[in-house]
Amino acid sequence: MELKSKCPTGPIETRWERHKFDLKLVNPANKRKYTVIVVGSGLAGGSASATLAELGYNVKCFCFQDSPRRAHSIAAQGGINAAKNYQNDGDSIYRLFYDTVKGGDFRARESNVYRLAQISVNIIDQCVAQGVPFAREYGGTLTNRSFGGAQVSRTFYARGQTGQQLLIGAYQALERQINTGKVQMYPRSEMLDLIVIDGKARGIVVRNLLTGKVESHLADAVVLGTGGYGNVFYLSTNAKGSNCTAIWRAYKRGAAMANPCFTQIHPTCIPVSGDYQSKLTLMSESLRNDGRIWVPLKKGDTRPPNQIPESERDYYLERRYPSFGNLVPRDVASRAAKAACDEGRGVGTTGLGVYLDFGDAIKRLGKQGVKERYSNLFDMYERITGENPYEVPMRIYPAIHYTMGGLWVDYNLMTTVPGLYSIGEANFSDHGANRLGASALMQGLADGYFVLPYTIGDYLANSKLERIDNSHAAVRDAETEVAKQTRRFVENKGSRSVASFHRELGKIVWDECGMARTEAGLKRAIARIPELRDEFWQTVTVPGSGEELNQNLENAGRVADFFEFAELMCRDALHRNESCGGHFREEFQTPEGEARRNDDEYCYAAAWEYAGPLKPPILNKEPLTFEYVHPSQRSYK
Amino acid sequence: MKLTLHIWRQKSSTEPGKMVPYSVEANEHMSFLEMLDVLNEDLIAKGEDPVAFDHDCREGICGSCGFMINGIAHGPQPSTTVCQLHMRHFKTGDVLYLEPWRAKAFPVVRDLVVDRSAFDRIIAAGGYISVSTGSAPDGNAIPVPKKYSDQSMDAAACIGCGACVAACPNAAAALFTGAKISHLGLLPQGQPERSERALNMVAQVKQEMFGSCTNIGECEAVCPKEIKLEVIARMNRDYLLASWTNRREAARSDGI
Repeated sequence: MELKSKCPTGPIETRWERHKFDLKLVNPANKRKYTVIVVGSGLAGGSASATLAELGYNVKCFCFQDSPRRAHSIAAQGGINAAKNYQNDGDSIYRLFYDTVKGGDFRARESNVYRLAQISVNIIDQCVAQGVPFAREYGGTLTNRSFGGAQVSRTFYARGQTGQQLLIGAYQALERQINTGKVQMYPRSEMLDLIVIDGKARGIVVRNLLTGKVESHLADAVVLGTGGYGNVFYLSTNAKGSNCTAIWRAYKRGAAMANPCFTQIHPTCIPVSGDYQSKLTLMSESLRNDGRIWVPLKKGDTRPPNQIPESERDYYLERRYPSFGNLVPRDVASRAAKAACDEGRGVGTTGLGVYLDFGDAIKRLGKQGVKERYSNLFDMYERITGENPYEVPMRIYPAIHYTMGGLWVDYNLMTTVPGLYSIGEANFSDHGANRLGASALMQGLADGYFVLPYTIGDYLANSKLERIDNSHAAVRDAETEVAKQTRRFVENKGSRSVASFHRELGKIVWDECGMARTEAGLKRAIARIPELRDEFWQTVTVPGSGEELNQNLENAGRVADFFEFAELMCRDALHRNESCGGHFREEFQTPEGEARRNDDEYCYAAAWEYAGPLKPPILNKEPLTFEYVHPSQRSYK
Repeated sequence: MKLTLHIWRQKSSTEPGKMVPYSVEANEHMSFLEMLDVLNEDLIAKGEDPVAFDHDCREGICGSCGFMINGIAHGPQPSTTVCQLHMRHFKTGDVLYLEPWRAKAFPVVRDLVVDRSAFDRIIAAGGYISVSTGSAPDGNAIPVPKKYSDQSMDAAACIGCGACVAACPNAAAALFTGAKISHLGLLPQGQPERSERALNMVAQVKQEMFGSCTNIGECEAVCPKEIKLEVIARMNRDYLLASWTNRREAARSDGI
């Protein structure tokens, strides 16, 4: 497999501009002859669908939820970065680019990241015009907050529900196009296979989740904006329905999967409380602006936090990283929390937790001031834990939150299957080995509003696409495969539930491929996962039939794919003999316990190619070069 | 804690449903939906069909979940979706009746799952600002007074769960529609389409067979996002003003 990144060369400031000029255009009268399938209706898929329809393409948009407004982008809390420099604090496109490349631990493409930083300013303009109610100053201008990994205030926000407001903006733009008839929306539809004809992506097979009917949809190009694979860990901050099925089926049809071991652990989540737990809840990183993280100095100190005097508290982030303090990037903050708990200084009944304390912020800003910034987060914390964070410090612990890996894409966001695009969290491109806070919303919207709508035209204008219909053999084969899997599940008379398998799989990957990884552990996981997968296929039980709303059947298909995905993720983690960003291999660390990269051998994106059932995947490498931001040991000290 | 649940079971929209009693063992740290997960695992082990209910983020923001608990939409805890409702608010021996949202415009799909696509069609009728990608001025070009921006955000917090409709004796969608009309109408960007938006959205509400608002206020009482009744007043004002100044469109939409 040849990986052509198609990145422009020359001065980085003008690369995107020049590339756009070189892209072929589809003239307005011809755009209406093309149909594009978009899977997913989150920030990336929703904004792409709306924008493609505005341009004149016919769009078919699919989501598994009952409405496109429910995509998981909605749960993003903290904000969206943009290099507006409204705060006059020295921000610039170059600085956002620099911070993102460095924050990603030098495993992202410079060209992509620079483009992202450039586009960030247009996103804010677009969202404001759509009516996104960003936070404002009394004079009526937009206000900002700071986020981890940056020393400027460049994060725009709408209270603690920025993702919701941006998604509603994209959703409204999408509904506007649904109203004009340019977008056909298919809610409660799950993509279960990709149709590839003559080497090009030409459609998808979906299951209508209400009726169980399996149907094919054909188009001139297919776009996957289906999010990340965090739920492979079972417990994550992802929505319960978030899954890797679309990208996994695309992988099995020839799209390379890049850097699956780059997963992000978010440092500030509500700790696990019991076995029944179905998901983890994130507390926005923005809380680290005003909250101070600490653990008791002494091991096994069980006094309530308010009785531990200042002198017996260890504000370990402020101590270890004086210049960034509580605002170090996520991977650094997560590992530091794990280290404190491993030393036996963790808090709460499980010992897996650290304090996030607002005592000083309340003294400084007053209770009202803190309330204005974080009230909904504080309320949510109290609802879940029954504790009042205005009075006792929050307890937090890291949890899986975001996945930087995903389908390999070139500069045009096209995967290794011609005509198949991947946008937002579903692709691998912009965050390297670690994503900075408030950059996921930025990337999703950049891809959907401002990148894909240009680049897809180049493919359509340059391709000769034969007319096809549903009678094509490839279509029928894909449909048969999907129907076969459904039958296999409902006819399997096993004894164990899907959820119990998912939980067990999640525990294996969290233990062996979570916050810290070792060669031995990963080998254990690679041996254990296929065993459990066989057990799954033999003993899983799925009640009901395939011809009705059957939530267990939906879940069974997703878990089956997680089983296969988990193995690839562990293989990727095992092959990468270095620590970088979210991938921390215990064997590779500095004497101070920081991640030690190996740029000589691993400065590449690992793009895995499917080789067939039960065959080991093939590793392809896209070398990464850094002309502007020179790789250095990341230091936030 | 041991609870008795009476749950509405209905296999599909065309088959009759009925309440079925179950008993379940829960603990106080679980969320309400985690308690239902436990029940469903029990049912699967017994070879019975698990209870279908919509849910996704389980953080109270996606708006997927929601059903009636003892006649109250999202249950007894104010400003809380059912996924964020924790079992510490219940005690052993409690008997709970779980029913889907009841409204003509929200047909039951299965068990506690209903079809809320009418809400999407109301938004499609006009719940947006028509600005195509690329044509926006600088974000700071239009100052928005903080007061209006905040009020707009209060209304925009709606998650589209449908509790307001379920709680309303008339099954009106006034709080939902008013929230969108307020969110956009309070911003300078939303002014050019303000009249048409009110006319078109209200017309769609009527077409979807939602009832009329008679200012009862149950919607506000159950709204998990604390959307205020004043959004309905704003909708009515925009609608009235639009019908006087925009007669042709008003005639087409034919009243609230």
